[in-house]
Amino acid sequence: MAKKISTKPGLPSKGRPTARDAATQKKLVGLADTVARNALAGKEPVIHVPTRSKSNTIWNKKRGILEIGDAKQERQLFNLNQAKQFMQTMIHASTIKDLIELQKTASLRSVFYKAKHTVAGTKENTFDTQDESDPILEDLEVSLGALREELHIFAENRGTLVGNLTVIDRGDEINARKQGSGGWGIPSIVEPDAIQFKKCEAKFVLHVEKGTVWNRFNEDRFWEKNNCILTHGAGQPPRGCRRLLQRLNQELGLPIICLLDCDPWGHYIYSVIKQGSISLAFESSRLAIPEAKFLGIRAKDYRELHLPEAARIDLSDNDIKRANEIAAYPWFEENRRWQSEIRQMLDNGFKMEVEALIGRGISFVTETYVPERLARKDWLE
Amino acid sequence: MSTLFAPASQPVSLAPYAGDMSPKPRKATENSLALMDPAPGERATPAGSISRSRTDSLPIANPPRQRATAETMATKQRDISVSEFFAKNRHLLGFDNPRKALLTTVKEAVDNSLDACEEAGILPDITVAIEDLQPDRPAATKSSRYRITIVDNGPGIVRKQVENIFGRLLYGSKFHRLKMSRGQQGIGISAAGMYGLITTGKPMVIHTKPKATAPAHHIELAMNTKTNRAEVTVDIETDDFPVRRLRDLSSGTRELTAQGQFLADEAYVTGTSVSIELEGRYQRGRGSVDEFLELSAIANPHARIVFVPPTRESGAEEDEAPLLKGKRGGAVPSSTGVGTTPGGIDPGGKGVPPVQHPTPQPSQTTELRGVTIFPRAVEELPPETKEIQPHPRGIELGILLQMLRDKGEGSLYNFLQEQFSRVSSSTAADIVKRAGVTTRTRVNDVDHALAEKLFKQLQDAKLPPPPTDCLAPIGVRQLLAGMLKGVRAEFYAASSREAAVYRGRPFQIEAAIAYGGELPADEPSRVIRFANRVPLLYQQSACSSFKAVLDTNWKNYDLQQPRGSAPVGPLVILIHMASVWVPFTSESKEAIADYDEIRKEMKLALMECGRKLGTYVRKRQKMRREAERRDVFERYIGEIAKAINDINGTDPKKVYEALLEQARARTAIADAELDEDGRVRKQEQAEASDEDGVIIIPASFPQSMAPHHRPPLGDAPPFELSNAEAAAIEVNARRGSDEDDLSTTRVSPAKKSATQPLAPKGNARNKQPGRQSPSPAKSTAPKPKPKLRLVGGKLVPVDNGPQLF
Repeated sequence: MAKKISTKPGLPSKGRPTARDAATQKKLVGLADTVARNALAGKEPVIHVPTRSKSNTIWNKKRGILEIGDAKQERQLFNLNQAKQFMQTMIHASTIKDLIELQKTASLRSVFYKAKHTVAGTKENTFDTQDESDPILEDLEVSLGALREELHIFAENRGTLVGNLTVIDRGDEINARKQGSGGWGIPSIVEPDAIQFKKCEAKFVLHVEKGTVWNRFNEDRFWEKNNCILTHGAGQPPRGCRRLLQRLNQELGLPIICLLDCDPWGHYIYSVIKQGSISLAFESSRLAIPEAKFLGIRAKDYRELHLPEAARIDLSDNDIKRANEIAAYPWFEENRRWQSEIRQMLDNGFKMEVEALIGRGISFVTETYVPERLARKDWLE
Repeated sequence: MSTLFAPASQPVSLAPYAGDMSPKPRKATENSLALMDPAPGERATPAGSISRSRTDSLPIANPPRQRATAETMATKQRDISVSEFFAKNRHLLGFDNPRKALLTTVKEAVDNSLDACEEAGILPDITVAIEDLQPDRPAATKSSRYRITIVDNGPGIVRKQVENIFGRLLYGSKFHRLKMSRGQQGIGISAAGMYGLITTGKPMVIHTKPKATAPAHHIELAMNTKTNRAEVTVDIETDDFPVRRLRDLSSGTRELTAQGQFLADEAYVTGTSVSIELEGRYQRGRGSVDEFLELSAIANPHARIVFVPPTRESGAEEDEAPLLKGKRGGAVPSSTGVGTTPGGIDPGGKGVPPVQHPTPQPSQTTELRGVTIFPRAVEELPPETKEIQPHPRGIELGILLQMLRDKGEGSLYNFLQEQFSRVSSSTAADIVKRAGVTTRTRVNDVDHALAEKLFKQLQDAKLPPPPTDCLAPIGVRQLLAGMLKGVRAEFYAASSREAAVYRGRPFQIEAAIAYGGELPADEPSRVIRFANRVPLLYQQSACSSFKAVLDTNWKNYDLQQPRGSAPVGPLVILIHMASVWVPFTSESKEAIADYDEIRKEMKLALMECGRKLGTYVRKRQKMRREAERRDVFERYIGEIAKAINDINGTDPKKVYEALLEQARARTAIADAELDEDGRVRKQEQAEASDEDGVIIIPASFPQSMAPHHRPPLGDAPPFELSNAEAAAIEVNARRGSDEDDLSTTRVSPAKKSATQPLAPKGNARNKQPGRQSPSPAKSTAPKPKPKLRLVGGKLVPVDNGPQLF
């Protein structure tokens, strides 16, 4: 989650609350009503929060995405471990209600600051760090069944796009072909009412893991030469980036090709792009791209491409543990090719980053590696 | 020792006063110098001439000269008077050094006074005054001359016994009988007088008034150590009792006299006072007169003791903290303090039932301008004890032979029944038969062989243990009252064992512990020892009771105990042994001999107390956890109510109250458990104050008990509180002397418009009887069970609410 204050203006504050806002308001009031009713009736106040854990994540094989199960946690006031979270949930509920009423959006960081104060009569803070605040907001999203943007909250912009595409970003036309070396920052909220696609010649999207790799591709005008869109998500892509990729895939029918590191982290990024994450399983249908493809780096590349020894980074114990965990996820378990890919990486005993291909030349990755693989359709799914 | 009721059977010697008894008399010891005779050779003997001739022939050799013969030695062999013996061996009696001598003198006199009062059925009122006779000595002087005066309101002493009691060693009423009393040997007070005589040359001054209507006797006497007899120098009648001079000792005594609290004529209708001048050293701390009196007051809650210390202490060596912290320097406002101390004065004196306070309250020790008053804490005398015959198990063959010889006539069958306790007619017949003789066998027919058989049969016979009505234990209730009076703790427990037997002598062990409060937390616990209500101040490690403390595994009760030492923690341990004959390790009666039976009983008594303490300590930990839990809920309720109000406009106060009530209900579980354990006393019990031997003073819980002690609300309320709520603050008012010593007074808000009881937290206690609901809203809520706590012996309702919120 974003950790810095973002001063980016939110949704237009002009105008009256939309119908969506009214629905969210209703949900918030309903939550408060339930707690108040229980309290006044002498019953224990409880908030039901759908469980966001692996155990309550269901692998929908048919749709190819992760979905959240029915399990719900009771957040109790009169439970020593939950009392504070209960209070925090209620405070955030009231914060969000204010945002909607004022027709403002706020960053995760500003919401944290808005809700942070000392509990009356004590020296204790309602929230000590943003790390406490962010999960509470996710809890509210899932228990209210409202999207983050419906709660008028956004995260810091993360992820960059460039390519043969023109979009309308809150009324401003953005020509993604003319974004220089920096690219267009993908906003946190990319819903159709904020972002519309105007024109697109690209045939596919190449999503790379991080900005350094993206810079290489942009400098080499890869998107121009190969008629595509080039994105990165600064590691694990944030929701805005994932949502945009999904819209490009679903609305424009563009294949999403991922170029990620050959390590458990890269594998998991692919997994999140493809079928959704555990913590945001409730949003998978909005975020997951079951058709996404994993182009590389592949475990076999070290030998196939005769990479120098410098390309290798030994797997740590933690990496091995993580790799085994990933291999055991239901959505990987039945995928024989993925099983052998992970197995091969473990057999190698090392991981490789995309940048390691520089051992074969600075633009080897843009001029040889990716075009060849694309031509051979040599990818994992 | 006091022999107030001894038969006047012993002849009284009125031999002329032996003359000068200078501070270092050496005349009495001349006989011991026989071997140092400066001129033994002058008395020519045949042996002497032989040695001379040898000297001639062998000039180098110098064989031992025969210095005395059996005859010459015989001229110097004579009786050693018991007084002479103890004059030389005064350390055996507790006069090892000037400081201890001062203490021993006070101790012997106070013991005698208490014994006499109890035997006569008088509630003791004892005044101890120590006058410094060299007040202008240099500051560094280690010792000084003191005049110690002890005045009691006992039955007095008949004129003709005065010399025997105060002027002879080993004269007394208590040695020959098996009856529980403080004194045993008939040494103490006369030894103190002797010590005074030896060190200052001044006689003892005795005032005694055995009859309320007749004048008192004023007698001055000195002991002739050679004859172990008193020599009277002054013997007049006087009406100066209690001695008026003492009322004018200091500003404190003058003020107390004006209040009728110091040596009041009506409190001392009869009685005795003894003054002894001696060389001593007055210093406070461990093993001091102050400590002795403090502990005596604990073990004798029925006694009132007033102590006038000397104006200054002796040159210091080291000083230790006194047991009772906060006593000194905490002078009470003179106008009310002492005067309102309940139960402090027995205006009726002896015989007359005292003016009753309906519920006697353990009172705190008070001090007024240097004069310490240990008030009376209970108004009943200890039960009168009976004298018993020896139990067959407790005698030895020689004693049996002596008893047979003393009896001299009658049948053996009757002898056994009459001279021993617990020997019934059938047992006697059985023993006689087993010894091979008949019930008609005469006592004077018993020869040594038969006596041995009898002795064996007596040892083997199945006999009930000796009777126990000869014992007067302090009692659980009195122990607690005494501890409450002297020790500022938060938890008190006491237990009293059933009587047991060592060497055929019944004894009974009692133990009490005080825990927490103002006691130091990281020092080894203090062990207070008593034998027949007399504090034992020296030779702790030699004492059976201290060994019992070490033997007990205190870790079982959640206390720290380094290996082989006493437990460490805020703990005071009290052990009392009551017996018809306490086996001391020496004549100075400082430590109890380590009999297995005694140590075992002591250990069991300690374990009983320990279990109660362990339960309490664990309970307190649980309460602390509960309090924390409770506090967590409470902290967030205000925020939640405010948030709900923001969202849907529900009245935050209503939500707050409703949630508060739920939190209270949920945390009340812990309190309910307390009730079940009988911790929080019910009304009837509190009057007796100790049915199961436990008292808890909750106000002395450390403030840290309540975590996150909330400061008075006002600057950041979760929502708008009424002024009254914000103003509800508590004030811990610790007051010095009143009956409700550890009270917490709550300052209530002036406005009654408060609608929710956001009141003080912590262990606030409400002094007023009956809870007053400060608000209408609160009264609609189900009232928590009113709880009561013992405060200064009085039961006060505890407001449950403020504890939680």
